[in-house]
Amino acid sequence: MNDSAAKINRPLHWFAIATAIATFLLLGAGGLVTSHEAGMSVPDWPNSYGYNMFAFPPSKWVGGIFYEHTHRLWATVVGLMTTILAVWIFAKDFRKWMKWLGVAAFLGVIAQGVLGGLRVTMKMDDLGVVHGVVGQSFFVLICAIALFTGGLWQKISEQKLNVSRGLRNLVLATTVLIFLQLILGATMRGQHAGLAIPDFPTAYGKIWPDTSAQAVANYNAASKNPENITAFQINLQMVHRAMALTIFVFICVTAFFAWRKLGARDSFAKFAFFWFALIIVQITLGAATILTNKAADVATAHVLVGALSLAIGALGCIIAFRRSLRTATVENQNAAVIAFGNLAANK
Amino acid sequence: MKKTLLSAVIAIFGVQIFAADITGTITFKGTPPAENSLTEMESMSDCISMHDTTPTTHFYVVNSTNGGFGDVVVYLKNVSAKSTGASAKPAVLDQVGCLYTPGIMAIQTGQTLTVKNSDPCNHNVHGISEANGKETTIFNDQQPSGGAELTYTFDKPEMFFKFECNIHPWMKAWVCIFDHPYFAVTDADGKFTIKNVPPGKYTIEANHRKLGAQSQEIEVKDSGATANFTFNAPAAAK
Repeated sequence: MNDSAAKINRPLHWFAIATAIATFLLLGAGGLVTSHEAGMSVPDWPNSYGYNMFAFPPSKWVGGIFYEHTHRLWATVVGLMTTILAVWIFAKDFRKWMKWLGVAAFLGVIAQGVLGGLRVTMKMDDLGVVHGVVGQSFFVLICAIALFTGGLWQKISEQKLNVSRGLRNLVLATTVLIFLQLILGATMRGQHAGLAIPDFPTAYGKIWPDTSAQAVANYNAASKNPENITAFQINLQMVHRAMALTIFVFICVTAFFAWRKLGARDSFAKFAFFWFALIIVQITLGAATILTNKAADVATAHVLVGALSLAIGALGCIIAFRRSLRTATVENQNAAVIAFGNLAANK
Repeated sequence: MKKTLLSAVIAIFGVQIFAADITGTITFKGTPPAENSLTEMESMSDCISMHDTTPTTHFYVVNSTNGGFGDVVVYLKNVSAKSTGASAKPAVLDQVGCLYTPGIMAIQTGQTLTVKNSDPCNHNVHGISEANGKETTIFNDQQPSGGAELTYTFDKPEMFFKFECNIHPWMKAWVCIFDHPYFAVTDADGKFTIKNVPPGKYTIEANHRKLGAQSQEIEVKDSGATANFTFNAPAAAK
């Protein structure tokens, strides 16, 4: 049985969407933890200040503990939902590869939870960056499962549509760039580089700032922020900015080509326009993060829209590949029919 | 016989007998940048109730009368003396009113650093090395109100090792760790004394966490030595 013949399991599909939404909210909760510098506010794990996580008195959820503890509790909700989703897929979805996706999601959520715990107990700051990246990758996986379990996937599978190889590769390249940007962003947050440059769009009044030892010393002397910054942090933020500009150019080209090749009314072109709008919002939030001196809610919104941009890109890639594969399959079938006809005629 | 006895005394107590103090004053010239108001504290009743007004940061501790510059770490560089930290009196870092007190301090390697919690609320004591320009967590311990004192010792010297509390993210303190006993932190008038320095020529450095380091050459004689520094106000703060 192929995908197009699949019967849609609507409750499973809606549960997958609910899990994706819960994961998105979890990313927000995790973003708030980092934005409020609360990642180490609960020094033990899986307990919280010696209490069983679920028995930790709400009266003690103060300051940074509130953000860290609610993040942990919400993570258990997502863990439970993912487990149910994986079991449900395994039991009810006939597609073998979907069963494996369910298993991957289950293992992913376990790994992510353990990573978060080890970051606290082993005091490994770099694990915080890995935790951020794996979290967003997990979100993409859950979004993909939601897509595969829904009617849209079946519709795409049944359509003879044509996303060109060039456009498909463009979407893929842009998504890869967004993923790299995500790694850069997570590293920046882990290394507190968000406040390394106080102005935007310039950087210390220049296109590329002076990062000599004397210049950095002058920046620190003039800065009102408690933490001193380093040349590495400045360069990291500059690479993040340069990558944002590159992604913007790629997204412009993607939207333009989608419009030219598919027409403004095509659903894939509409997707490209939405993606373009999302990147504009994301760049605006990036600028706002700097100009508000990394206000926690703004910085967290920047993380969330970044995750959404990645997920939209990944889903766009999947759809683009599906539509171009479908085209290729139809073309191959046509070629086979013609070849068979020629063979019969020759006989 | 007398000469031999004197030599023995010198050998045993030489440093203490022929040692003198380095004194000096650090002055701040210009107008110090405005401090940040710790408004985050206002939402936490346990913390704000211990203050009459919302506290501020103390990056620039400047005596408005005489320009004395506090919280500057002054130390000798490249000295051959070894740490006496193991036998030194423990240094104390307290948490009072949800602020680390003092905000800047200096200790020796091997010296015990006792961290107290005098607050009615919990804190976590998060120690972060910033050596090589990269933050690395060294320890992170919970310390409930009225809980036992925490003690730490450090093996390696480091300038401005960071302490923070992630429950109350404005709480930060920096500890300078030396592998010798010749250092001091200036008081609120900008004055310092480095005690019991053997006579000789040295490089002395004054280091402010935000403004960086200045150094000068000095010669310590039997009568001691004086070293004064002046730090200029930074350009407009951003």
